[in-house]
Amino acid sequence: MNPLLRSIFSAQFGYAVFRVMTPLLFPALGVAISHLAGTINIAMEGTMLVCAFVGVMVSAATGNLLVALAAGVAAGVAMGAILGYFHLKLKADIILAAIALNMFAAGSTIFFLFILAGDKGISSGLKSLVFPQVHIPLIKGIPVLGTTLSGHNVLTYGAILAVVLFYLLIFKTPLGLRIRAVGQNPDAAQSVGINVVRTRLQALMLSGFFGSLGGLYLSMGYVSWFARDMTAGRGWIAIAASTLGGHMPLGTFLASLLFGAVNALAIYLASLQIPSELIQMIPYVATVIALTVYSAQALRKKTRKLKAGEGLPGASRPPGEQAP
Amino acid sequence: MEKFVLRYFTLIRTIIAILIGVIVSVALIFLISREPGFSLRSFLLGPFLSRSRFSNMLETASPIIFCGLAISVAFHAKQFNIGAAGSLYLGAAVGTAFAVSTRMPAVFHIPLTLLVAGAAGAAWGFIPGILKARWKASELVSSLMLNYVAYYGGLYLINFHFRDKGAGYLVSHQLPQSAWLQQFMSGTRLHWGIVLAVVFAFLVYAFMYHTTTGYEIRMTGHNEHFARFGGINVLRIVVLSQVILGLLAGFGGMTEVMGIHRRFNWQMSPGYGWDGIVVAIIGRNHPLLIIAASFFLAYLRVGGQVLNLMSDVPWEMVTVIQSLIILLITAEAFLSQWRYRITVRQAERAGGAS
Repeated sequence: MNPLLRSIFSAQFGYAVFRVMTPLLFPALGVAISHLAGTINIAMEGTMLVCAFVGVMVSAATGNLLVALAAGVAAGVAMGAILGYFHLKLKADIILAAIALNMFAAGSTIFFLFILAGDKGISSGLKSLVFPQVHIPLIKGIPVLGTTLSGHNVLTYGAILAVVLFYLLIFKTPLGLRIRAVGQNPDAAQSVGINVVRTRLQALMLSGFFGSLGGLYLSMGYVSWFARDMTAGRGWIAIAASTLGGHMPLGTFLASLLFGAVNALAIYLASLQIPSELIQMIPYVATVIALTVYSAQALRKKTRKLKAGEGLPGASRPPGEQAP
Repeated sequence: MEKFVLRYFTLIRTIIAILIGVIVSVALIFLISREPGFSLRSFLLGPFLSRSRFSNMLETASPIIFCGLAISVAFHAKQFNIGAAGSLYLGAAVGTAFAVSTRMPAVFHIPLTLLVAGAAGAAWGFIPGILKARWKASELVSSLMLNYVAYYGGLYLINFHFRDKGAGYLVSHQLPQSAWLQQFMSGTRLHWGIVLAVVFAFLVYAFMYHTTTGYEIRMTGHNEHFARFGGINVLRIVVLSQVILGLLAGFGGMTEVMGIHRRFNWQMSPGYGWDGIVVAIIGRNHPLLIIAASFFLAYLRVGGQVLNLMSDVPWEMVTVIQSLIILLITAEAFLSQWRYRITVRQAERAGGAS
């Protein structure tokens, strides 16, 4: 156990946690904002994949990092808008439409990679760019903390800033208020003149925005190429992280950090011949438990409200009291 | 004609969506291929031109049919459980563990192995079901998480307890011959799994449309409040539909192991869980249409492989087409203007006649 503990408490491990966390935190924020608006965007996997691809392709074609960033973000927002169009306008079920978009992303990225670069697995033949690493002047010098916190990719710091941005957006702006209103009670929101469809569309586009940064980090920071299915389930883990964090900014951040830590740990354990499979299960089990606890709490609150408003139509027995 | 359109509107809409998909794929082939005629022929006719490809299509279809049936039962009850992948993986792993550690004649070994796999899958479907029924926890999220738990659990079981160390790669021990589903066509891998899949489709059809419980499942999905007022134990249906999902998915995974690989060799989760969702959508949750949809999907897959092999068009085109078809089928409002106009015209005519 000694070498294990030593590696966990090392500064390199702390660095790895932040590195692994970044491509989880962005899409987790994307899931959270869609959830707060009363929809759920499970197309994060596809969104990230498309944006990772667009980022690499545009940076290779133009040689300009900012143009690539803009193109990637635009692609992410477009994915959110397409999902919104099919769900809100064409009345498709959002889950099924999102599943279709994920398939579309997995197929189309490889399709176009082959057409444009002649390769079906990896884009390493292209000269694509990466986002720079940032060394923080003062912190860099501190022994352990410096290694952990300094020298990350600019998007890793961006992810932490995004948490703050998310908080401000949701709790300090009129748009955030509308999003929360629509999510909590769409009928009530509608009755005070909030356009539910437009607000949800905005939330889905914002969701695509957050997701796009995660995708760009993957192909232009985490590694420096695009590879087939390189999101590797991160878009799904994002749903877990957002759920575990109660769809709130700080909670989502901490949950992403936990998932990052467990994934980083699994990499270490694999090298020590310890079955990492069992460790890797833990955050998912924790998510299921957290989801159940949150749901049970929400149910109890609702039941209590119904009991308080006795005689209301529909105040029938809550589902929890019936034996299944 | 108009009456016909109204009556079969959903079916017609589905066919139009598929046609649009096929037209787009033809257009794509003409856009990118240097020999479009040859490529098109490989794609559309390829799966029928050789015996091995044709049987390949049937092999591909059988686990997809099982997963489609599994998903459809849950979808009928409006339970968005996407845990077929987890139940399939865990079911196959546990079934493999059972098969390699027991010895008995084939008459018992085959059904028992299938049952063990089905039971493991069903247990896995029970968890999101009970969490939803008791505490209203979203079955979508919990089943998704449990997919990962099943994946790591199955991997652990096989890699640390039933691994064949003699094989050069990570696989389980080979199943004893008594637990094999025989391949019945020489020169192909076609096995009895496809027959089982079709039989199960008919069983699910009988269950869904000719039993009380099947009716209760459909009614719960149709209108939960109405079902509750009608005296249906909705919570039981919520749990049961997901247990059946897990059971069928477990069967699907195990038949694949027993018929084709004869050992557990999935280091990655095979994508059958997603394919099941695809065919459930295309087949509109109807067990017999799901058979057709699964063959269609398998046809596209094998056609895509032939295309990939013989021409300059990547097979990923098929995935793009498939997602387009799904988007169009799920978009309720797609073509609804058409139906609306017909309805209005008919109403006007009826109004004028009276």
